Amino acid sequence: MPDELTREVIAVIAREQRMPAESISPDATFEELKIDSLDGVNIVFALEEKYNLTIPDEVAREMKSVRQVVEALRNQLGAASPSPA
Amino acid sequence: MEPVVITGMAVLAASGTETAQFWDNLQAGRSALGPLTRVQSARLTTGVAGEINDFDPETQFGKEGELLDRFAQFAVICARRALEHAGMAQRSPDWPYAAERVGVLTGTGMGGICTQDQGFRTIYGEGATRVHPFLIPRSMYSAATSQIGMATGARGPSFTISTACASSTHALGEAWRLLRSGAADMMIAGGSDAPLTFGVIKAWEAMRVLATAGDDASRACRPFSRDRGGLVLAEGAAMFILETASGAQRRGARVLAELAGYGATADAGHITQPDQAGAGNAMREALRTARMSPADVDYINAHGTGTKLNDATEIAAIKEVFGADAQRLSISSTKSMHGHAMGASGAIELAATLLALEHQVVPPTANYTTPDPECDLDVTPNQAKPRPLRAALSNSFAFGGLNAVLAIRK
Repeated sequence: MPDELTREVIAVIAREQRMPAESISPDATFEELKIDSLDGVNIVFALEEKYNLTIPDEVAREMKSVRQVVEALRNQLGAASPSPA
Repeated sequence: MEPVVITGMAVLAASGTETAQFWDNLQAGRSALGPLTRVQSARLTTGVAGEINDFDPETQFGKEGELLDRFAQFAVICARRALEHAGMAQRSPDWPYAAERVGVLTGTGMGGICTQDQGFRTIYGEGATRVHPFLIPRSMYSAATSQIGMATGARGPSFTISTACASSTHALGEAWRLLRSGAADMMIAGGSDAPLTFGVIKAWEAMRVLATAGDDASRACRPFSRDRGGLVLAEGAAMFILETASGAQRRGARVLAELAGYGATADAGHITQPDQAGAGNAMREALRTARMSPADVDYINAHGTGTKLNDATEIAAIKEVFGADAQRLSISSTKSMHGHAMGASGAIELAATLLALEHQVVPPTANYTTPDPECDLDVTPNQAKPRPLRAALSNSFAFGGLNAVLAIRK
């Protein structure tokens, strides 16, 4: 069972890509999900808005899978607050 | 030089989102101008616009629609419909022409201004730390051309022209030139604009050329009428399928009209005031390239914005170019009904001019109340006029003195 943050990231990707959340595995790569570079930028924007944080360009550019997004987000949330929600 | 023919058209305007509805309203002299609803603000004084309200372009797109500003959505919808009207497949592999021989040329005055206005408001006005990453791909002026190319697979010469209120007339004229020169076999050409944002309307108000709604918003735009009150902003698009005459004949296409001539000139005078010589020279050049004399033309769809300077200058230019034939001409401003859709106006008005030729009826200048001695030609006040129409001009004279005129022939 994926943790809450993973489920939230999958929900955002599903909404932005207009695909069912059930079809997105936490292990899926962007390539498998047919998420191109512009889609990726859009997903990062949606996550920044949702969590009210800024993901640096160099981090965003490395995001190529759901898991990488979750981990990057966890790091940013951890840096922003000592006890992330 | 290859003759060029028009084989398909589609229009989206306040006067109609289908060609039949657009023409019904124009020939009935029914104004589609109404209270401004797309922007609600007590800080605006104009209160009137030519809006497209009974049609939501978003519904014509899936997820890819998120990447299109309203102006590009209008453009893509019209391009698809124009292809269908021309009896052409929606995608290039099924065309009788190589994809590399079909180009897209669109005109827009303001591009993706809806997206830009909204995005910039969040960072300037609301102190947002970021704007949406689609702001650039949605708002670039050339987005409509790119999106039509992506939607259809046209891979030939494709670009965008922005010459304010003459944008789409220049786009159609330059598409004509590409076809005549042999650079393409078919062009998808026209224009679109969706300028009804708070910032744009406020900026036009500052110029003091906008009409106010008055008691009856539908009567706000009164070109050539002495009591004119200024121009009315509008939105919309029109796209056309242009082909070489030989190509159209080979595929057995139905020809709507010949796009016979095109004149483009510059006033090199003033950034807002029009110039009679520049306008006149553009009409003369359109006639010359069409191998027409003033005696061959029966109708002019005027630029006819409903500002004092435009109307008087345009009529004076027509008199200068047409001489005695000016008295015989039918002239009208359909902007009185669909408003001034900025860079899309020329394309929308070419649609009106084509339909006039098809139906042999001159659409009127609506809302006309009082003769203006400076506009004493037949401006077809209020009532459509059936008459034999052999050939017609469509005029566009932009702010900044960039003029474009198209000539079409049955």
